Amino acid sequence: MTRRKGLVGYLLLLPAAIWLGVFFVIPFYSLVATSLFDPSGSDVVGYEMTYHFANYADALREYWVPLVRALWYGALATFFCLILGYVLAYAIAFKAGRWKNLMLVLVIAPFFTSFLVRTLSWKLILADDGFVVNFLQFLHILGADGRLLATPVAVVAGLTYNFLPFMVLPLFASIDKIDPRLIEASSDLYANPVVGFFKVTWPLSLPGVVSGTLLTFIPAAGDFINVQLLGSPNQRMVGSVIQSLFTDANDYPAAAALSMILMILILVLVLFYVRRAGTEELL
Amino acid sequence: MTTTTERRHAAGSPQRPAGGKSGPPRMEWFRKHLVLILGLLVLLYTFVPIFVVVLMSFNDPSSRVVYQFDGFTLHNWLNPCEPEGMCGSLKVSIEIGLLSTIGATILGTLAAFALVRHSFVGRSGANLLIFLPMAAPEIVLGSSLLALFVASGRSGELGFWTILVAHIMFCLSFVVVTVRARLAGLDDNLEQAAMDLYATPSQTFWRVTFPLVFPGILGAALLSFSLSFDDFIITNLNAGNTTTFPMFVWGAAQRGVPMQVNVIGTLMFIISIVIVVGAELQSRRRQRKLV
Amino acid sequence: MSQVAEGTDAPAADEEYGGLRLRNVTKSFGPFTAVDDLDLDVPRGAFFALLGPSGCGKTTTLRMVAGLETPTSGSITLAGQDITYAKPYRRPVNTVFQSYALFPHLDIHENVAFGLKRRKSRDVDNQVREMLELVELTSQARKKPTQLSGGQQQRVALARALINKPEVLLLDEPLGALDLKLRRSMQIELKRIQVDVGLTFIHVTHDQEEAMTMADTVAVMNAGVIEQMGAPADLYENPKSTFVANFLGQSNLIEGTITDRASDLVTVDMHGIGVSVPTGRSHTDGDRGWIGIRPEKVLIGEPGESLDAPGNTIPGGVLTDVSFVGVSTQYLVRMPWGQEIQVFEQNTGRRRLFRTGEQVELSWRPEYAFLLDHAQDASAGAQKADES
Repeated sequence: MTRRKGLVGYLLLLPAAIWLGVFFVIPFYSLVATSLFDPSGSDVVGYEMTYHFANYADALREYWVPLVRALWYGALATFFCLILGYVLAYAIAFKAGRWKNLMLVLVIAPFFTSFLVRTLSWKLILADDGFVVNFLQFLHILGADGRLLATPVAVVAGLTYNFLPFMVLPLFASIDKIDPRLIEASSDLYANPVVGFFKVTWPLSLPGVVSGTLLTFIPAAGDFINVQLLGSPNQRMVGSVIQSLFTDANDYPAAAALSMILMILILVLVLFYVRRAGTEELL
Repeated sequence: MTTTTERRHAAGSPQRPAGGKSGPPRMEWFRKHLVLILGLLVLLYTFVPIFVVVLMSFNDPSSRVVYQFDGFTLHNWLNPCEPEGMCGSLKVSIEIGLLSTIGATILGTLAAFALVRHSFVGRSGANLLIFLPMAAPEIVLGSSLLALFVASGRSGELGFWTILVAHIMFCLSFVVVTVRARLAGLDDNLEQAAMDLYATPSQTFWRVTFPLVFPGILGAALLSFSLSFDDFIITNLNAGNTTTFPMFVWGAAQRGVPMQVNVIGTLMFIISIVIVVGAELQSRRRQRKLV
Repeated sequence: MSQVAEGTDAPAADEEYGGLRLRNVTKSFGPFTAVDDLDLDVPRGAFFALLGPSGCGKTTTLRMVAGLETPTSGSITLAGQDITYAKPYRRPVNTVFQSYALFPHLDIHENVAFGLKRRKSRDVDNQVREMLELVELTSQARKKPTQLSGGQQQRVALARALINKPEVLLLDEPLGALDLKLRRSMQIELKRIQVDVGLTFIHVTHDQEEAMTMADTVAVMNAGVIEQMGAPADLYENPKSTFVANFLGQSNLIEGTITDRASDLVTVDMHGIGVSVPTGRSHTDGDRGWIGIRPEKVLIGEPGESLDAPGNTIPGGVLTDVSFVGVSTQYLVRMPWGQEIQVFEQNTGRRRLFRTGEQVELSWRPEYAFLLDHAQDASAGAQKADES
């Protein structure tokens, strides 16, 4: 397709570009600036820019545990999402037949209900005297006074649940493009279904795997809703720390510094991951 | 040199099915449909909390603090606005949702056309700019906006308009990506055919291009609304004293959740199912009628 | 240089010429020249075919006539009016696209009515109904394009263009996506409609059989220029270049040295054998040339057998391949100088079939041979074995 040259392109893009410029790019700059404010300032007194890089060191020293925990829980949730999501995406792409569109809709449908309301439901489902806990106690997977709520299990379970569509949709887009005749060809060449999967299907679905894992990990690592509703202060993730630093402690420099650290860490991890996975086709 | 028997054996083995034995018919059916069954199980799993939400909307709570099913009642459905502030927060969320949808859809659609149909310096930079908000964690997006408002001395003015601004910002990218996908898939020949058939550029756009892109724009608008309505993290940081529905639920979670919250949740679910399934059925019905 | 169809009078002036005229039309895409200084006259009411392999510039030429591309230089006039830079929606020209380009969001009736409505024509519905009857799609009027078969879609595309009664109807390989039987019946159909309606049709194709079947005049294009233009039979029987000789049907091209040029006959020494070619069928001035003879014009016989063609006789052939094709038998005969000659013989039953390894003599009547420029590539235009 030939693209039109000229100014019209700029004009069409301008409103959106300005909006993002003012409310995404500039705030980013503000975030950097705020992270370097002198920590002695406050809302009342005002803030002074003293290029106080020590903010970063302080934040890291004090909050490295929730930070690492957030990355760890995020990774766990992403992993479980990948397994569950791949099964579902594969089933819809290859086994659904005429129900393909309907099933896709059904994947997204539950997520039109409020995120918070759904997570609260998990609080009920995983409650101490609820069906799930009782069942697991019956199977002796949990001890007699074991619980799920306020444990990392509940938090990761919640994260996995809430971010599943972010994994399923990109995975589906990728798997759906695979020509089923390729699998037939591999079968003709003496590959059993398991080998066929690892040698043909999985490699071809990698672009979807990469997009899906990224779109899941990034928000999951920064989340704090699941931890607050399903976990306990022992499982605090960096997201809730940042949140409380802003709203409760009003410690803007520390909050901003921690935010920046989180973002840089995620960026670094993503860059390594993408380079290793070898695909740049994220968009 | 191979003997006759060896040669016969070698010729015979590829013909036996790889993986060998087939079992009784029921096992076969199970094995063939294993993936589908697993997939359906996962799908079922995504619906479990919904069942709970629907169930709890009929709950008659014995205590405000303990969240469990005590008894059946229609009270919640008959008095949906009973909890103080809930319906007010709902109204705020809907207003912001509608306004931000309109804003994001217009800005995003224009941008999508620019990125797909035009070439200009900085186009790949613009693509990256559009992509970044989708990739950043919400806490970072929210923090940076708050930092902007604080640094520009407007921390006292946080409220409806700051929330709206934030919502348009993060919905924009989703609109662009959705519309862009639809636009890029449009057959170039169709517009050339229209011009060949005496349609001026303006007529070509409104009679051919726009009707074909419209489903994408509509889908983007719906996506935008649901993202806006459901947002908590970014909203919470930039809301000041205004309360949206997710913020109300969050606050209630600490104090004790009124069951009417589940009524709203159920309603949201039903409305979205109706819209989406309805659209699917309508397109199927149209196909069937004409065949 | 003007490429007017052979046998016409001196060309009329641009403003008076009633048909389509291209003069010095060039189209370049950066360093690549798709169409090179093209001259073309298409008279009104003609069924004209632009034939050539992919990449030869025929589609680009078509698009310039439609207005979907602008020439880098040159002029295009239609019925006396200069339309070189006119927008496509201001030209009395319509196109049947290769991919049909039917509007998926409109039904068949609305698709066909599209052009009429843009021009604010009156009585649109009746015209559409008549046109749908012409292409036998009346019962599908309210369906969407995706619900129709390939052949039906093709007819809708045709109807949609025809209904506007354009000065020129352009067809861009419209039958490419159809299977063989359907293609054959559509070829006959299109020809019939063209004669009925009396419009000028310009048909772009790479299928030489299709071009020769349907068109009154064929122009063979290669690498942006027209190699030869004329009635199908003229092009086939008397090609002027190796490209045309190989692209239309098949040819045997044999090296020879010209020994004598008389007023009516050119004599050539072909590997020690004297053959002659009528002067009107000789298209080279040099000392050497390619003797061209079509496989179906070559007679094959046992050594010493008297053949029905008192003309050039070439002894010493050995059969290397015999293919029975039903209607005919195709022989490959290796000649003493190493070249394999193709011979097609119709299976009239009058004589037995030869077998591989037999010795044979070949012969042909001089009036079927042609002589081409030795500087040209003898394999130009030849379709590869896997192309049909």
